[in-house]
Amino acid sequence: MAFLTDRKRAAGLGSAKDGTEHFWNMTVSSYALCVLVPLFILTFGGILGAPYEEVIAYYAHPFPAIVAGLTIAVGFVHFNMGVRVLIEDYTGGHTRQTLIVVMTCLSYTAMAIGLYAIVKLALN
Amino acid sequence: MADVNRGNRPLSPHLTIYKPQWTSMTSIVTRLTGNALLVSALLVVWWFIAAATSPEAFAIADWVVTSWLGDLVMFLSLWALWYHTLAGVRHLYWDTGRGLDIPSAEMLGKVVVGGSIILTILTALILR
Repeated sequence: MAFLTDRKRAAGLGSAKDGTEHFWNMTVSSYALCVLVPLFILTFGGILGAPYEEVIAYYAHPFPAIVAGLTIAVGFVHFNMGVRVLIEDYTGGHTRQTLIVVMTCLSYTAMAIGLYAIVKLALN
Repeated sequence: MADVNRGNRPLSPHLTIYKPQWTSMTSIVTRLTGNALLVSALLVVWWFIAAATSPEAFAIADWVVTSWLGDLVMFLSLWALWYHTLAGVRHLYWDTGRGLDIPSAEMLGKVVVGGSIILTILTALILR
C-alpha cells in the first residue's frame, strides 16, 4: 500500500465503496439486449402460436435456440440488477434484504429453467 | 428564534405535487415496464419448459399464452419491451454526455413513446 498515492487509494471508493460495477454491468447488458431483444421478438414472435411439432422443429435450429438462450440469460441478469435498484429505492432493512434474496433466486431459477428447456429442445 | 418561516418554505419536488413532464413520466414508465416484463418473461420460460417436457404440458402452456388474456399480456409486453429498449437506448445516448438539455430530453421522450407504439404495431402485424 505504501507504493499507492492517496488519490489512487481513494479512486472509485464512494460512500458505498462500490456501485460503478452495477452501472457498468447494466450498460454492457443493455448493449447486448439492444441486439438480442429485436432478434428474440422476431424469432419467438414468429413461432408463438404454431403447433407443437413446428415449435420443436424450429428450436432444433441453432439460430433461434441461441438467440432465445442468450436473451433469457442476459435478460434475467439485467432484470435482477434492475429490480434490485427498485427494491433499494422503496424498501429498507430486513424487507430490502429479503426481497433482494428472493428476486435474485427467482431470476436465476427462471434463467436455469429457460436455458435447460432450450438446450433440451436444441439437442433433441 | 430559528425557523420563523415555518409553512412558507419551498417544497421538495415529489411525484404527487410535481407537474407531469415528458422527462419524469417517461422515466417512471421505463422502470414500470422493465419490472412488469417479469410477468411475460416467466410465461415465456414456462412455455419453453413445457415444450421441452411433453406435448401435453405444451398444450396447457400454449393455450394459456395464446388465450385472449395471454394474447393481451403478450401484446402489452411487446409494447413494454420496445418501450424499455428505446428508453434504454436513450440512456446509453445520455451516457455519452449528449441530449441532456431540456428540449432534447423532452424530444427524446416523445421519440421513445412514439417509436415504441410504431414498433409494436409493426411487429404485431408482421408476426401475426
